[in-house]
Amino acid sequence: MLRSCALLTGLAAALALPAAAQETPKRGGTLQFAISGEPPNYDCHANSSFAAIHWLAPHYSTLLKFDTANYPKILPGVAQSYEVSPDQLTYTFKLRPNVKFHDGSAMTSTDIKATYERLRNPPQGVVSLRQASFEDIAAIETPDPLTVVFKLSKPDASMLANFASPWNCIYSAAKLQQDPNFPKTNILGTGAFKFVEHVKGSHWIGQRFEDYYEQGKPYLDGFRAVLLSGAPMINAMNGGQIMAEFRGFSPAERDRLVQSLGEKVQVQESGWVCKLDILFNTAKKPFDDARVRRALSMAIDRWGGAKNLQRIAFVKEVGGILRPGYEFAASKDELAQYPGFSENIQAAREHAKKLLAEAGVQNLKLTLTNRTVAMPYTPTGLFVIDQWRQIGVQAEHSQLETAPYQASLQSGNYEAALNFACDFMDEPNLQLINYISKDQSSLNYGNYIDRKLDELYEKQKRATSKDERKRLIREFEQHLFKESYTAPVIWWHRYIVHDRRLKGWHITPSHYLGQDLVDVWIAQ
Amino acid sequence: MLRYVVNRVLLAIPTLIGVAVVTFFMLRVVPGDIVEIKLRGDGGNVSREVIEQERERLGLNKPLVIQFVDWMKGLVTLDLGRSMWTGNPVSEEIGSRLELSLQVAVMAAVIAVLIAIPLGTLSALYRDTAVDYVIRIVTIAGLAVPSFWLGMLIILGLLWAFNWLPPLTYTPFYVDPIANLSQLIWPALAVGYRYSAVVARMVRSSIVEVMREDYIRTARAKGVFERLVVARHAMKNAMLPAITVIGLEFAFLIGGLVVTEQVFNLNGIGRLFVQAVSRNDFMLIQSLVMLIAVVFILVNLVVDLLYAALDPRIRYR
Repeated sequence: MLRSCALLTGLAAALALPAAAQETPKRGGTLQFAISGEPPNYDCHANSSFAAIHWLAPHYSTLLKFDTANYPKILPGVAQSYEVSPDQLTYTFKLRPNVKFHDGSAMTSTDIKATYERLRNPPQGVVSLRQASFEDIAAIETPDPLTVVFKLSKPDASMLANFASPWNCIYSAAKLQQDPNFPKTNILGTGAFKFVEHVKGSHWIGQRFEDYYEQGKPYLDGFRAVLLSGAPMINAMNGGQIMAEFRGFSPAERDRLVQSLGEKVQVQESGWVCKLDILFNTAKKPFDDARVRRALSMAIDRWGGAKNLQRIAFVKEVGGILRPGYEFAASKDELAQYPGFSENIQAAREHAKKLLAEAGVQNLKLTLTNRTVAMPYTPTGLFVIDQWRQIGVQAEHSQLETAPYQASLQSGNYEAALNFACDFMDEPNLQLINYISKDQSSLNYGNYIDRKLDELYEKQKRATSKDERKRLIREFEQHLFKESYTAPVIWWHRYIVHDRRLKGWHITPSHYLGQDLVDVWIAQ
Repeated sequence: MLRYVVNRVLLAIPTLIGVAVVTFFMLRVVPGDIVEIKLRGDGGNVSREVIEQERERLGLNKPLVIQFVDWMKGLVTLDLGRSMWTGNPVSEEIGSRLELSLQVAVMAAVIAVLIAIPLGTLSALYRDTAVDYVIRIVTIAGLAVPSFWLGMLIILGLLWAFNWLPPLTYTPFYVDPIANLSQLIWPALAVGYRYSAVVARMVRSSIVEVMREDYIRTARAKGVFERLVVARHAMKNAMLPAITVIGLEFAFLIGGLVVTEQVFNLNGIGRLFVQAVSRNDFMLIQSLVMLIAVVFILVNLVVDLLYAALDPRIRYR
């Protein structure tokens, strides 16, 4: 009891945000922090994991960027202003005149054009994972060194946000011309920090770039990121060796740090654009029957689960296909209309049993394929299995390493699987693409074709009014849950514990954002 | 002797080929490959064409036999290929970690020998006395306590007692000996304790055995001082099995400190092994297995040569 009280008091103190706005940032200091993974290469365009962007972001700039203190507001990056034509087919960016690469060369519209040409139409041997995001760009024009114009073939509701994506690092046109794969093995950006060294398997060092285009920034002299995870990372925080880790902590880790460090640490928390869905392999019986899939979805007590699971895993919010709290996400009342989201779980389970009986399925036994990653996959997998048990369905928990897990999903060698998806922002185009037909999306592992979903996806993507887009998204969600190709479980919740002296860093719902460290400073 | 060494080296070749064949084909049995992990990251939307292109680039689409022959050709010319994850030469990836792992292994071996031989000897000489019981408790505890757990206790103890932790990153000994030792002494102690327990038990039983031999009785009958009997006559023979254990444990330490390296955040061969396996980096896994096989073969050869040096009756032809 006393321990709980102490922990609660500590948490309250840790969560109490200081009046950061009133504090004047101070220059100097080196930020030492942890990152729990390493990238395969240094190319932002070819990576999609936090284990890449957390190392790379401080070295690069983007055309626009997210205002992490006021997410999802967009701020200028190397562009000092931008204009979107009324038909949403032309985006004109005026660039800052004082942007330099770390080798001293000036950044111009030619570099922006070369970067975006590489993103949308990568040359042979170059990997661009954002090709689909920029497929609507028909032409890129550079009328003068400080103006760049993107002409689109069709309006795309997510285009502005895509220009603010941290993955679209600006590269030097001259270097790309010499070697299109230059960024894979070299780091030359216009970001706030120059690259110093990367000792593989150990650490990464960045040093303040004196010619950074935002005057007076960055505040830090440099940073040192150390490859650390699990208990050693928590120990390092306890011992004051690192000031933060920016992906996320489990509730147990957060509590341990708050208990041991008290007011020395600050906790920031937020919803997370990461979700866990149950996928059903519709190519396998009985999962080809929507009634069976719906029954399995309805058996899950999401509301009760969220209340209990959040104590042990970084999951918290109940939601549909978009993050709860996001402007286009379903409200609680709207969710209640979908199968599987009723708070009356007894009635839902009775209905689920009836559906199974109607489908002629008795004593259903299945295998739930899951990852071996403990947090939050294992507790969530166990929770789902227990929920199914309550309608008489027996599930075996098959936890696989990442490669065999992905191979199982790819090859369709599974019955039901706990799948994850994380994005750099709340954006229906990014989140809905997981659910459209297999021949339209490489992320559809459910092996189904549903032209209605494809059509609704395309329509919402092209919608130029917010209301219209929202309506189309609801229709998409309604149809998806009626068919129950997938059953969302619980959305992730992000906790960041950092040294209280660390200032200027703001949590957002994405662990890919806000890692350029431009505004971060250390109160000595 | 030289002929013996050459023979042993030649005999190692079929062993290494066997290891290579088993490792190569066993790895390919596991479903999935590195490309998905590399490109999909946290669930990225990657087209199947891009995935196929990357597989093609890494040579994963070639027939298995061709892949194997390519790898073997490389091995013969000491070209271990490139890591499928980083694209760097495998020799570079391993080289940068081997230094640390070797140092920990050597330090642990030195600690183990320095503790084990006196303890094992004392335990044998004072058999069934209080001294023996205390030493047996210490050594049995060493066998029972996992090194990583002891490592965790050391870390927590340092944090609790001194509010200090070993450095997070490796500094080579020749750059800064203090920083180097302040990081590596702790894992060496954690591992060395278990290592010393294994060796001490072996030394004890060997000395007990040897002390019953006729030649010891003869030496005593001739009036040789007890200390000389032990040091000159008993120890040399008792050391033979202990050397085998010291050698095998040393070889194990090169790649077997997976959890201990994790606890102390050491960028060694064990951690590299775990990373390679979790990423399905076939080229790196294959080379690491070969490295460990070579280390075991070399250590066994050195142990055999030491046998000859310690026991004049053993002569190799």
